[in-house]
Amino acid sequence: MAEKVLMKGNEAIGEAAVLAGCRYYFGYPITPQSELPAYLAKRLPEVDGVFVQAESEVAAINMVYGAGSAGARVMTSSSSPGMSLKQEGVSYIAGAEIPCLLVNVVRGGPGLGNIAPAQSDYWQATRGGGHGDYRTLVLAPNSVQEMADMTIAGFEFADRFRNPVLLLSDGVLGQMMEPVTLPDPVDYEVNSKKWALGYNGKDKGERNLCSSIFLDVDELEEHNWHLYQKYQVMTDLFSTGEYKDFAVEEHLCEDAEIILVGYGIISRILKTVVEKCRKRGIKAGMVRPKVLWPYPTHVFERLAKTASQFLVVEMSCGQMVEDVKLSVNGKKPVYFFGRTGGTIPSDFEILNEVDKLVRPD
Amino acid sequence: MKKVFSRPESMTKKPFHYCPGCDHGVIHRLIAEVIDELEVKDHTIGVAPVGCSVFAYDYFDFDFNQAAHGRAPAVATGIKRVRPGSIVFTYQGDGDLAAIGTAEIIHAANRGENITVVFVNNAIYGMTGGQMAPTSLIGMKTQTSPYGRDAATAGYPIHMSEIIATLESPVYVTRVTINSTANLMKTKKALYNAFKLQKEGKGFAFVEVVATCPTNWGKKPTDSHKWLTENMLPVFPLGTFKDTQGVEKA
Amino acid sequence: MSSKVERVILAGFGGQGILFLGKVLAQTGMHAGKHVSWIPSYGPEMRGGTANCSVILSVNEIASPMVTVPDTVIAMNRPSVAKFNLKIKAGGMLMYNSSLIERQEFRDDIRLVEIPASEIAEELGNPRVANLVMAGAYSKFSKLITFDDLVACLPSLMPGGKKEMLEINLAAFKKGFDFVEEKKYMFGRYVYSVFKGI
Repeated sequence: MAEKVLMKGNEAIGEAAVLAGCRYYFGYPITPQSELPAYLAKRLPEVDGVFVQAESEVAAINMVYGAGSAGARVMTSSSSPGMSLKQEGVSYIAGAEIPCLLVNVVRGGPGLGNIAPAQSDYWQATRGGGHGDYRTLVLAPNSVQEMADMTIAGFEFADRFRNPVLLLSDGVLGQMMEPVTLPDPVDYEVNSKKWALGYNGKDKGERNLCSSIFLDVDELEEHNWHLYQKYQVMTDLFSTGEYKDFAVEEHLCEDAEIILVGYGIISRILKTVVEKCRKRGIKAGMVRPKVLWPYPTHVFERLAKTASQFLVVEMSCGQMVEDVKLSVNGKKPVYFFGRTGGTIPSDFEILNEVDKLVRPD
Repeated sequence: MKKVFSRPESMTKKPFHYCPGCDHGVIHRLIAEVIDELEVKDHTIGVAPVGCSVFAYDYFDFDFNQAAHGRAPAVATGIKRVRPGSIVFTYQGDGDLAAIGTAEIIHAANRGENITVVFVNNAIYGMTGGQMAPTSLIGMKTQTSPYGRDAATAGYPIHMSEIIATLESPVYVTRVTINSTANLMKTKKALYNAFKLQKEGKGFAFVEVVATCPTNWGKKPTDSHKWLTENMLPVFPLGTFKDTQGVEKA
Repeated sequence: MSSKVERVILAGFGGQGILFLGKVLAQTGMHAGKHVSWIPSYGPEMRGGTANCSVILSVNEIASPMVTVPDTVIAMNRPSVAKFNLKIKAGGMLMYNSSLIERQEFRDDIRLVEIPASEIAEELGNPRVANLVMAGAYSKFSKLITFDDLVACLPSLMPGGKKEMLEINLAAFKKGFDFVEEKKYMFGRYVYSVFKGI
């Protein structure tokens, strides 16, 4: 096993991308993700890769569309306002079924907001973000190690499903340093995708087309149902299939009366809160969705039978809480606690919320 | 008997959907002939725009990407960087290239991407039904300039070739038209030069073709080249604005 | 100091090498086989013109990397003391750069450690190593990293660094460590009584 190195989350994504065989990065500067392009601007030329600082986020995502169409493992990254700009391209990429990795190091919004960490892009991330009937696979790491691991997994999923994959991070995860063990590099062959533009293997069909336009209504309907079926396959794989365990982390949920729910950096804080609750004799557990779409509904369906209530904690005014409510489906009460605008809730204030729920006076 | 005229190999058998008198079909054919002559068909990749030529890929018999409005140069950048050995070109209209995609074309040109851009300028938005384009002439009546384009509120026709030529990276920038057989041959030569430069790895080449849109101009197909010659060419003069490699002299 | 986990906030002016000092502690901890985390100035205390970071060294896996109640604050300038003084855990430690921070009425439930880090660094000929003087001093108190750990880890923190720079950094560690050792009588739990009324 490789040696541990102390790395920033943003840099871990960069190095992991290189290890995953990604040789193409297109992006535009924005805080707080700038370490990632800075890292790749230096690293990619060392492995004969290409780094392009585009003229805008819009151009960057369309370069990703082009490079992905040509069969490469390719990525871009940005932070909230920049991700809004990229949505045009994401919609085309989803429609044309081009694999790629997108990274959003979420900051405070709406508008220019601020550069502090936030989770207020959950809706944008999980509801599509751009126009049209499409889905993006959304991964939510909570440590620097997972920033690396999920980057590599993200490229694999993108290729497997021919779909854009979004790594949803935040300013804390991007900037923090933790030890990381990096895996061995993957040999990725650009000329391995039969459908890609410029593919020149012997088994090449007549000619390849990467497009999202289906002017005929019947054709577009057929295409949309085809996408839908793909999303169903993904949903199954992440709920009952192969990636069931990848999709979610459960912590002390078996006997829990109150289940705390959070993703990303919040889940780390929730783990501390659970420890403190247990010390006080409160039977608390935690569910952490690691995949935000497809949402791990199955876990909540099961826990709604054993737990008596849920508390969702987010760095937003309440976005993921809607998915928890949909999953719990009215069987048990679902409460919410959030801080927003760039403030990270402390373990104490969350503990205080738990106290109010389990010991109502 | 000697065969003197046939469909270029780079074209599919699909009949054009373009309006009578529209220049797109001829420009498509010229590109296909050039690709054939340069013997690069098996590794050419086109990028189609949004506009009337959104279905360009139906007519060319090689790989294609269909890009978002204005973004073709960015998409072409991505493709070319991954497949530097391929011949990559964009085919864009005036709304696509000179309005919504201004940033993309300027910066692809400025980076000196080794691609070819074919810019078809007919001074109007065709696909959406005849709205004012950034290249519409002063006084030109369109759906969105019903009283004629007024410079005071809508500015002047934008000269993309002249703008691109001011950049250091592009190797070849030229404006042509197909209003006569002589000019058609010149257009083909310009396209040939542009693709040849790419094949040789020389850099960014830009061919602007001043073209017709009889339907949205409200002209008869037979009158539209005359109108083009009398009205558009004075505003968009033909000529080569940049030729750092001296291809036209060769 | 707990033998299982140490939560540290490090703060000072930008340019005092605060973030690097945090990295020194975290990387040393990692090399010493501990779980570590390092976060630059994020959270509600990010406003205010000083640079700060939070470091956790732990025997067990680190749940929350956020430090709301530090066991130790290492303060390199006056505003940092004002900002973090009241957050320190009761029984915790405030280690401060006494070259830039005068003695004052501090809390009486924390351990105070004054290190004239800037002066020591000046004596070494490089005012920029004041941060590493503090690292050396901290290792004297830490239950999770030792002075030897710091020394062993240093080369990995400055890859390609010049030999002279490495030496002066090692000297800074040593001076900080020795300063605490020599003055250890001052750092009893009830040290506040020494300063009261000054």
